[in-house]
Amino acid sequence: MRPGSRTAMYFRMLYRAAMLRKGQAASALTAIIVASAASTAMLTLYVDVQAKLRKEFRNFGANIVMQARSPKGFTPEELRSIKTTVGDRGLVVPFSYAVARDQHEQAIVAVGTDFDLARKLNPWWSVSAWPSSKGHALVGVRAERPLDADRGGFTLSFEGKSVQLTSRGTLRTGAGEDSRVYLWLPEFEAWTGLSPSTVEIAASGTPEEVGGLLHRLQQTILAGEVHAVRQVTEGEANLLGKTRSTLLSSAGFIVCTAALCVLATLMGWVFDRRRDFAIMKALGASDRLIAMFVAGEAAALACVGAIAGFFAGMAIAALIGRLNFHAPVSPQFNLFPRILAGTLLVTLVAALLPLRLLRRIQPAMILRGE
Amino acid sequence: MRSLFKSLTCSPASRCFNTDMFVRLVYESFRRQTRRKLLVAVAVTLGAAVSTAMIGIATGIGDKISRELRNYGANLIVTPDEDALDVQIGSVNLRPASGGAYLDEAALPQIKGIFWRNNIAAFAPELPVNVNANGHQVTLLGTYFSKTVALGKEQFTTGAPSTFPWWKVEGNWPQDESTDLLIGEKLAASLNSQPGSRVELDGASYRVSGILSTGGDEDGQIVAPLGVAQSIAGRPGKLRTIYVSALLKPEDTFARRNPDTLSPSERDRWYCTPYPQSIAFQLQEAIPHSRAEQIRRVAQNEGNILTRIEGLMLLITLAALLTSGLAVSAAMATAMFERRTEVGLMKALGAGHFPLSMIFVTESVLIACVGGLIGFAFGALLAKELGRTIFGSEIVVQPVLFPVVLALAIAVTFGGSAVAIRRAVKYDPVLALRGEA
Repeated sequence: MRPGSRTAMYFRMLYRAAMLRKGQAASALTAIIVASAASTAMLTLYVDVQAKLRKEFRNFGANIVMQARSPKGFTPEELRSIKTTVGDRGLVVPFSYAVARDQHEQAIVAVGTDFDLARKLNPWWSVSAWPSSKGHALVGVRAERPLDADRGGFTLSFEGKSVQLTSRGTLRTGAGEDSRVYLWLPEFEAWTGLSPSTVEIAASGTPEEVGGLLHRLQQTILAGEVHAVRQVTEGEANLLGKTRSTLLSSAGFIVCTAALCVLATLMGWVFDRRRDFAIMKALGASDRLIAMFVAGEAAALACVGAIAGFFAGMAIAALIGRLNFHAPVSPQFNLFPRILAGTLLVTLVAALLPLRLLRRIQPAMILRGE
Repeated sequence: MRSLFKSLTCSPASRCFNTDMFVRLVYESFRRQTRRKLLVAVAVTLGAAVSTAMIGIATGIGDKISRELRNYGANLIVTPDEDALDVQIGSVNLRPASGGAYLDEAALPQIKGIFWRNNIAAFAPELPVNVNANGHQVTLLGTYFSKTVALGKEQFTTGAPSTFPWWKVEGNWPQDESTDLLIGEKLAASLNSQPGSRVELDGASYRVSGILSTGGDEDGQIVAPLGVAQSIAGRPGKLRTIYVSALLKPEDTFARRNPDTLSPSERDRWYCTPYPQSIAFQLQEAIPHSRAEQIRRVAQNEGNILTRIEGLMLLITLAALLTSGLAVSAAMATAMFERRTEVGLMKALGAGHFPLSMIFVTESVLIACVGGLIGFAFGALLAKELGRTIFGSEIVVQPVLFPVVLALAIAVTFGGSAVAIRRAVKYDPVLALRGEA
């Protein structure tokens, strides 16, 4: 026999075996697809959920705060160099504070900031309307009454200079901000002559990356004192770790079940075909050839199942990401080799294990139905 | 053998169903095909175990994460109703000493008397006073450290360390009855004090029991037992704010409604749900002349995170249920395919479709029951251990879940075998017996 025709015969047997027992091949394939889809979905989510949750955690606001050492605050150059040091790894929002007097000579804290940035930094601020132009202020809910801000305009004075403001919106946070008045930074600077004394930074990334940024800021910006907002950083690390552990164990459970069911399905299938193997053996096939045949079949099923399962799994992960985080989950194509290898391993073990048991039995006994 | 014929030949068989033979057939099938049955049973057991564990985790995770979120500290704040404005920049409090209203310390135990008292994880009162330390004007915060408050027979120990878990002390926390203090690390550097040293405040000398590091405004302040702050301020039994750390349900549109506009039944539902708003409302009722509010930075964000993680686990649980369902079905289907010859033989002997199907259905249900039972026990154990290793407290799988898991196991096993049973029953017995089906 020519070598070519042997290979042809081999593939013909593989093909016919799958076609003749469509039902069984289909249920084995289903089990494999389910297993690899579940593994892909869980691993993709496991890799991606960290980034997703980090984004949520950034809503807690600043995790790094810089305070100017000099009472005059940061100079524009220093602010610029803070911004370049942080770069696109975080949000930098300057705040400038002054104790002003209202029309009844009562002390009140006035704050100058960039509203567009503050809004991004502190999404939890409940604001009725954001000030859009000069002369408009955001008034903390507790400061409203003392300022008579509900009647529209009010005057604040600082070191003899006064400014006329209109209340545009009410700010409600349940913390210190409720007793303050916020206005646009350029206007605040023109009025008080003070430059920003505090810079709040919402740095993104892993704790190591945030720590690295903190260190770099310490090294480069000598005019400011840097510290991490421990309330935010510690809570985040703790929660993220626990969520990931939960996810990983859940992934473990699911993958194990799916793998075991692949095992059950394939073992049943191979056992069921002992008559075929007996005939092949009676016709002179060696144990090795039969093992090759079964392994080839299992490998083909595993490949098809892994590819189909991989795409199904990515779709499931994307769906979960969309439903839960309202953001796409980035596909992890580098997982594919691992999924394929895992599927092949489980499938081959499942197929070859029963074959070892069958090898001990004489073909005659199987053919006689014993 | 005659009884076998009798039971299987009268068709439609539903009327003359030989129970003895039926039981015997099912029994023998389990006895003689232990390997196959075992394989399927293991698949069902594992599926049930994973489903139980995942449902347990999905239902328990909210509470666990909620407790973990308490690491972010207080999420509710109680202040006097008629309070003057806070004038504070960073750690410096510029509010005039005379101004403002106070809350009564005597009302504090009432916090543990509200409807949602078990959701109050911790609270800490605060009374800020300005003192003179070595010529610097600094703020001293009076608070509890590990104070036991009693309401009726119930006792509750609370204080700043449990309300603000990120506070770290080098040295020792002060005793609540002592006059020891903590000095914030920034202030300690400028005052040159360390644990054990003494500090002069307004002419009186106090022992420093530790250096406090918080990463917040307190780093530039002094923290002392409430009694010390009260005597410096000359306001015995008074305090200014109460920080409350509570387990909350994420706010939704219903939570934001004004309780005064709700109908009585809606109001009851609002009151009896641990929304930030309803717990704040109850705190306000408990503490006279107070105003309670959520600290939005903590309450809003933890609500979001809780919703996300709960949602994620719920979806994953659904995926897990689907996965184990499909996988068990596939295993069941293969097991059924193997038995074509058996079916063929029975049909050749004249068995009707109904008793034949009944045999297989009974077998699947039996396997499902055993697998479901063992799987449930195993899954509950798994969830418990997982809770213990990850969260340090057990996740309890409610026994109510047992019938649900069992029903799911039966449905999945039955569903998986149904198609195969139908096909097996429809086979031409001749083909099946010749092994050509």
